[in-house]
Amino acid sequence: MVRLEQRPSPSAFWTYATPILAVLATMVAGGVLFALLGTNPVAVIRTIFWDPLFGEFAFYYRGQLLVKAGPLILIAIGLSMGFRAGIWNIGAEGQYIMGAICGAGAGLAFYPSESFLIFPVMIIAGALGGWAWSMIPAILKTRFGTNEILVSLMLVYVAENILASVSSGLLRNPEGQGFPGSRNLRNWDAAANTEIITGSGMHWGVVAAFIAVILAYITLSRHMLGFQIRLTGESPRAARFASVNPTALILICMGLSGALAGLAGLFEVAGPAGQISIDFNSGYGFTAIIVAFLGRLNPIGILLAGLLLALTYIGGEAAQSNLGLPSAAIQLFQGMLLFFLLAMDVFANFRLRFGRVGVS
Amino acid sequence: MTALLKIEGLTKAYPGVVANDDVSFEIAPGQVHALLGENGAGKSTLVKMIYGLVKPNSGTMTLRGQPFEPPEPRAARADGVAMVFQHFSLFDALSVAENIALGMENPPPMAELAQRISDVSTEYGLPLSPDMTVGDLSAGERQRVEIIRCLLQNPKLLIMDEPTSVLTPQEVQILFATLRQLSAEGTAILYISHKLEEIRSLCDQATVLRLGKVVGRCDPRQKSAAELAEMMVGSELRPPSRTPAEPGAPKLQVTNLSLPAPSAFGTALRDISFTVHAGEVLGIGGVAGNGQDELLSALSGEAATSGATVRLNGQPISTLGPNARRALAVLAAPEERLGHAAAPNMSLIENALLTGATRQNLTRNGFIDWAATRRFAEQIITRFDVRTPGPGNAARALSGGNLQKFVIGREVLQTPEVLVVNQPTWGVDASAAAAIRQSLLDLAHNGAALVVISQDLDELMEISDRFAALNEGRLSAPRPAQGLSIEEIGLMMGGAHGMEVAHHGTA
Repeated sequence: MVRLEQRPSPSAFWTYATPILAVLATMVAGGVLFALLGTNPVAVIRTIFWDPLFGEFAFYYRGQLLVKAGPLILIAIGLSMGFRAGIWNIGAEGQYIMGAICGAGAGLAFYPSESFLIFPVMIIAGALGGWAWSMIPAILKTRFGTNEILVSLMLVYVAENILASVSSGLLRNPEGQGFPGSRNLRNWDAAANTEIITGSGMHWGVVAAFIAVILAYITLSRHMLGFQIRLTGESPRAARFASVNPTALILICMGLSGALAGLAGLFEVAGPAGQISIDFNSGYGFTAIIVAFLGRLNPIGILLAGLLLALTYIGGEAAQSNLGLPSAAIQLFQGMLLFFLLAMDVFANFRLRFGRVGVS
Repeated sequence: MTALLKIEGLTKAYPGVVANDDVSFEIAPGQVHALLGENGAGKSTLVKMIYGLVKPNSGTMTLRGQPFEPPEPRAARADGVAMVFQHFSLFDALSVAENIALGMENPPPMAELAQRISDVSTEYGLPLSPDMTVGDLSAGERQRVEIIRCLLQNPKLLIMDEPTSVLTPQEVQILFATLRQLSAEGTAILYISHKLEEIRSLCDQATVLRLGKVVGRCDPRQKSAAELAEMMVGSELRPPSRTPAEPGAPKLQVTNLSLPAPSAFGTALRDISFTVHAGEVLGIGGVAGNGQDELLSALSGEAATSGATVRLNGQPISTLGPNARRALAVLAAPEERLGHAAAPNMSLIENALLTGATRQNLTRNGFIDWAATRRFAEQIITRFDVRTPGPGNAARALSGGNLQKFVIGREVLQTPEVLVVNQPTWGVDASAAAAIRQSLLDLAHNGAALVVISQDLDELMEISDRFAALNEGRLSAPRPAQGLSIEEIGLMMGGAHGMEVAHHGTA
């Protein structure tokens, strides 16, 4: 008879060991899956986890790693603050789109000026766009008690339609021969989010992500706001007893996650994506939710989780093109990773007991 | 007379603690047998073994001459053992009859069950309508639901775990009449309590437990309460030394405080007024669920009220939040330790910060001084004898009594001018309870105004200068505690909630 017994305090060892264990379990279960599909499991795992970092073409993949991980980390850091306090912003994708539209729009309004102020203005506009979009569910929740999960999620679809509208209307490139999509910001020096070190993938959005990790870490471990966020998530009633204002906390956490998602959108549209287009968004806002939980809502954990997930995306694509695996198999593999991580999580708070059942 | 239940050498050990060590006793049919002991003496473990919730490590139980080893409560019930727990397991949104049906193996049709509930309730003087929604019932009425649920099984042995902790003195009399009637009909009753007077008036045998061992057997009617207490505690208790001082100037004034109920099953506060002076302890009694939590939150600042309903030294503080009141030295310690007074998964250091941030200067520009916070936590642990490996331990890892000492100590050490506490010694062992009461009295001696909300009347009589009672969200007019009789207190607590006539037929 196997049963679970709650630990008096969460185990520090298992808190750090379970993510590694989960990755290993994913490799085993994924290997079985790939073997059943008729490919060599060792080769697939190597293509996904090893080649992008140390293989023949690593010089190309390594840059991609930061390009993909940057927005994931930036968004996930913002989300994790709210998640810790039990405030569920599921609509980062919409805030990401609105940040990109507002940031790009603010820049394009000055086209073709070459002022050095344009990029900073775009950054501020991007953050404000995401912030404003997140304030809609936040204010509806604080004023009318609506569910922020539903409202923020539905606003993603609104944002997608606005994106479709502006890319074929308001922001359409006048010199684009009628094709939908804005001017390419990468071809406009004043607005381009360029690589800081060529070939590294390190653009300003990645810098922002690292800064966000550091600030979030300091806030959560040393600042009263971080304490209030953690306390609210732990025990809302104790938080009220400690004078935490729930309304203010909702506005702060939703606003912060919206602004960071908006920033991520701006850096993406001005850098790797280059232009506003109908299918500009690629699901970073949703994947960031996975990153936030994979990183245990801990800033350092999110940094690592963002890099890990980016790796499986890049490696997964390589496995699709090089080994001919179906994309569904790669998605299943990524799903397994999340499943094992959440399942293994049990061991941080519980221990396995073998033996007879006793009731106390 | 042959024994109904015979227990021999029962032992149960948990890692690090022996809950029951070689316990033996007998209960005869119709006997009212008291199990007496402090918190943590092993009473609950013992009855859980009889009820099949816990398996003993060694020892035997014999029921009506047959070996008795219930693997689960269902088996114990089938053999005629029933138990009324201290904490009720009832669904607020269901009716009395539905709740009772849920606890039965093969519930009869609802109409028949309702009839049987009515029959049993009339027969035993426990008036209860089967159609009432449990959420609308008082604690005493809820207990009746549990008792009737047991009586429908025709038990031969009825176990009652601290049944009177939620009852008014009048309701206690009704319960006792019922228990005496059951006893006269041949049902044995195992009665767990630490309230000595009750045991002396009700029980005809007592087994006294201390630290898991049987330390005495007696006929409680032949012993004085002091003798019983000495058996239970094993050493002389030092009662708090009360040096009544002349009350000073009015400190905390509450005028016409009304507050709507925070939830469907909460209690609205209605027109509460009182004044507490410097150096004075106002004791507030009452049955649980009559507005105690709500009153505390209105005084702590968790619930804001309008205008000048709450004043400190004449200045209104009604609209200030908890930290703003803490800055003015108005502190509070709520009843619920885990999840209200303390966050279960956070360390004691973090829990020290929870209320200490303002007055102990634990933050600078919003940044937390963890070193100072740790020192404050360590100070609480040392001064209030909190048993824990260290301040880094999670609050939930502490026993209830130790966490209570931490929660009270955290406020007392912040030198309050007004301190409001709810159930300050609930679940704390006798010597720690005495220490907590002494620290409260010391505060009052140094000029603080105290509001002590408690369901332990003995405690309130011991430390209060004046006494008032909460009943359905209303507060009776405070009266000097000295010279109050138990009948007067009972009436202040609202009598038996309209049940005074219940036992006219049998009394």
